[in-house]
Amino acid sequence: MSSSSTSIMDNLFQRSLEDLIKGFRLQLLGESNFISRALEEIRREIKSTDLSTKSTALHKLSYLAALHGVDMSWAAFHAVEVVSSSRFQHKRIGYQAITQSFNDQTSVMLLITNQVRKDLNSANEYEVSLALECLSRIGTHDLARDLTPEVFTLLGSGKSFVKKKAIGVVLRVFEKYHDAVNVCFKRLVENLESSNPQILSAVVGVFCELATKDPQSCLPLAPEFYKVLVDSRNNWVLIKVLKIFAKLASIEPRLGKKVAEPICEHMRRTVAKSLVFECVRTVVSSLSDNEAAVKLAVAKIREFLVEDDPNLKYLGLNALSIVAPKHLWAVLENKEVIVKAMSDEDPNVKLEALHLLMEMVNEDNVSEISRILMNYALKSDPLFCNEIIFFVLSACSRNAYEIIVDFDWYVYLLGEMARIPHCQRGEEIEHQLIDIGMRVRDARPQLVRVSWALLIDPALLGNLFLHPILSAAAWVSGEYVEFSKNPYETVEALLQPRTGLLPPSIRAVYIHSAFKVLVFCLGSYFSSQETTSSSLAQESSSGSSSMNAFTHGSILNLVNVIERDLGPLSETHDVEVQERAKNVLGFIGMIKQEIAEKLNLQYNETESSRVTAFMEDVFSEEFGPVSATAQEKACVPDGLELKENLGDLEEICGEFLKPVESESVSYTDKISFSVSKLRIRDQQETSSSSSPPHEASSLLAEHRKRHGMYYLTSQKEDPDSNSTHSDYPLANELANEISQDPFNPKRKPNQSKPRPVVVKLDDGDESRITPQAKKNIQTAKDDESLSRAIQSALLVKNKGKEKDRYEGNPNSGQQEKEESSRIENHQNSENKKKKKKKKKNGESSKHKSQRRNEVASASEQVLIPDFLL
Amino acid sequence: MIHFVLLVSRQGKVRLTKWYSPYAQKERSKVIRELSGVILNRGPKLCNFVEWRGYKVVYKRYASLYFCMCIDQEDNELEVLEIIHHYVEILDRYFGSVCELDLIFNFHKAYYILDELLIAGELQESSKKTVARIISAQDQLVEVAKEEASSISNIIAQATK
Repeated sequence: MSSSSTSIMDNLFQRSLEDLIKGFRLQLLGESNFISRALEEIRREIKSTDLSTKSTALHKLSYLAALHGVDMSWAAFHAVEVVSSSRFQHKRIGYQAITQSFNDQTSVMLLITNQVRKDLNSANEYEVSLALECLSRIGTHDLARDLTPEVFTLLGSGKSFVKKKAIGVVLRVFEKYHDAVNVCFKRLVENLESSNPQILSAVVGVFCELATKDPQSCLPLAPEFYKVLVDSRNNWVLIKVLKIFAKLASIEPRLGKKVAEPICEHMRRTVAKSLVFECVRTVVSSLSDNEAAVKLAVAKIREFLVEDDPNLKYLGLNALSIVAPKHLWAVLENKEVIVKAMSDEDPNVKLEALHLLMEMVNEDNVSEISRILMNYALKSDPLFCNEIIFFVLSACSRNAYEIIVDFDWYVYLLGEMARIPHCQRGEEIEHQLIDIGMRVRDARPQLVRVSWALLIDPALLGNLFLHPILSAAAWVSGEYVEFSKNPYETVEALLQPRTGLLPPSIRAVYIHSAFKVLVFCLGSYFSSQETTSSSLAQESSSGSSSMNAFTHGSILNLVNVIERDLGPLSETHDVEVQERAKNVLGFIGMIKQEIAEKLNLQYNETESSRVTAFMEDVFSEEFGPVSATAQEKACVPDGLELKENLGDLEEICGEFLKPVESESVSYTDKISFSVSKLRIRDQQETSSSSSPPHEASSLLAEHRKRHGMYYLTSQKEDPDSNSTHSDYPLANELANEISQDPFNPKRKPNQSKPRPVVVKLDDGDESRITPQAKKNIQTAKDDESLSRAIQSALLVKNKGKEKDRYEGNPNSGQQEKEESSRIENHQNSENKKKKKKKKKNGESSKHKSQRRNEVASASEQVLIPDFLL
Repeated sequence: MIHFVLLVSRQGKVRLTKWYSPYAQKERSKVIRELSGVILNRGPKLCNFVEWRGYKVVYKRYASLYFCMCIDQEDNELEVLEIIHHYVEILDRYFGSVCELDLIFNFHKAYYILDELLIAGELQESSKKTVARIISAQDQLVEVAKEEASSISNIIAQATK
């Protein structure tokens, strides 16, 4: 008695949702305080045995969860209780809470199966609707499996209100429980012929989603969809059907021809912009081979572009960028509109316009367009500015700098980009500077000039985003120091005190580059000494080397400067910088004594000249770009196990791995560097007569002795070293091999300056096919039956559900008959409809007979079964 | 499909959320914060579409409320704008020139209406009349039940006195 009376009191004095909302608006406690108070109240009320109190509490909780992000997963069980109420308003609240808060992990999910089933079978259509909505949102595998029979029944319901919801739910059920397809698919398909627009709309929506996920499986239904496309005047339905055809036409080109005409007709007829746009998008994305359709679509796009509505303008530009790759003329036709859109106030519109502009770029207008864009970049906000820079970078580097003729100009442009105040695209610019250095020999002098300007620019050092560019500049000026006007200044720039602002990894690049410059200076000094002493000619002041004429004093000065600047760095905490600095200092330590002492003496015998010559050797190895497919070109030799577990190797190599890691300069540098080192080692090992065995090589030999099992067999290496050579082409050799042809065929004859050679790697499809794949193709050609087996296996795999349906049905022959009769019916109805049908009918009957032949001699054709047209 | 529906006021207050794809509670709050930041800052004369995390968000402002729907890349933006407009018209018809306050106090009703309009992220009903009819029928159902309930509780309350 007392408990029931308290529950009644609770009920009478409980705050309703409206009270809660009102309270929320009047509260002075602060939002979070108010929420926690309300939650306290809810927690108490929700335990009540009275279902109205409980449901009101749950209702309030749903409100707080939906709008204020309160967690309500703890109330899952209470939601289940509320749903089980016999009253509609309680059920509604309960289902809403479940829909909102349940997910696959919710543990009480198991408890609702029976309740949902009961409600699905309810005589009250609104209860059925609640259960369906709930299932559409939270359906799990188990729920979908257990409730498939109910959903199947509802698909045949006489009430369209229930039927359309059941159709909507089917999507979720299929997704979670594939076997449901066997049960429900047929009923679903039948609804495609429904005369009720709501039902049709729902079912087409489901097929639209299915076709997006797996177009192959919907292909056999093309006749039904076609009928809808021709007959329907409901824009919602038409848009969905168009989407389906966009998917289907992309896998079945013949379908494109068939649907182009009705689509064009919709385009001409309708006034609804959404439908026009869907037609346009379908044409440009999937029917782009159909000239007439594309022309019409582009005309419609043009109408969109000149509208004042920003939505249409944006979508028009969007559609243009879809059509651009295949029909550039459509973009060029609208050039003025696009350039005008660059100054639109809407960033989305600007972005699309930018995209299109870059689409238009070719070798004739690249400098003009880039110039315009750079001006925009200077004026724009940081976000858009970087988009512009990114687009210019990617358009110009496309296909190994295909459209760039004047690399001096382009390198200069890259330098300019670094000076745009908002520039944050340092990494891409870094990559391109290095890439051009490696690929384009003729651009190197200009690269060095630009790098020099970047290195001495004090403004850049402070900008975090530009550090990668500086890293590239430093690398370039070290690597291609022979083009430098004044190596001293380069060294000074590389070692300036403000480099302390750089992160250690980049500082290490700076120091290493300074090392390269130093070695270069010493080398040319020694060699000039040599020539003067050997020729003994007084007039040996050859004009060409005037800029590289190093005097003893200047060299000594250089060495001192480097020693002075790097000295403090040998104490630094950063290992990378410290190592690099120590390297240089160690080198200087070896040579300095001799240089200081021996003024104007014969150097070619001394230790320092030998060391310098050795270092020059190390640095003179030229880096080439490495093809992404280079690895694939190397065959795996017999006896080499690549998949074996090499865990124990770590133990052995642990000590070697660490220093390699810290050695990274930039990734390209690292790779090629190690390659060249390996090469030196190889030489030393095979022809050990040339020089006394180096310490490293003896270590290597020892290592090989100890861990022989991890090396390749030496027999193979030694006798036929030629063949191994061809098996493992070095990166540079690859590059040389391919660099014969890269002159641009489209080069204009009246050009003042020829396009420099760009080393381009052969990344074509051919190279990507592995030998094994090639073999597969070969055998497939030989053996027809095998290919058919593979294709049918593919069909099973791709079609998945669809195939299941056919195979699950024992009387598939009958199915086929049904299908063909359906097609006939469809054609009859088409006959009645329009005059233009005559021709089409002939066409389709031809197709039909063709199809019959195929069925008769099914062994001949192996493509997708042609029930379509 | 439509992944979620958001109603956000000019001041950034959330008025309705409906999720058709799975999002955890934390993600939901994050999504709301992120999107309302983007959308509320867009000027009045810009287009109604925003690219967001590989999806598109279509939004439209009605008085002080922003109606936002998140859709897939290949969905039709104009169609979704029409769905939004459709929804607003139904709300308008139901409440009789709807305003933000109506939605604040009848938050659940806005939900029920949306549930009749969309299912599983797809449009299920394109007729305004039908939706209105269904909603009022359900309201009736609730009213009748309420009357009964209140009368019973009255009886009990009398009895326990």
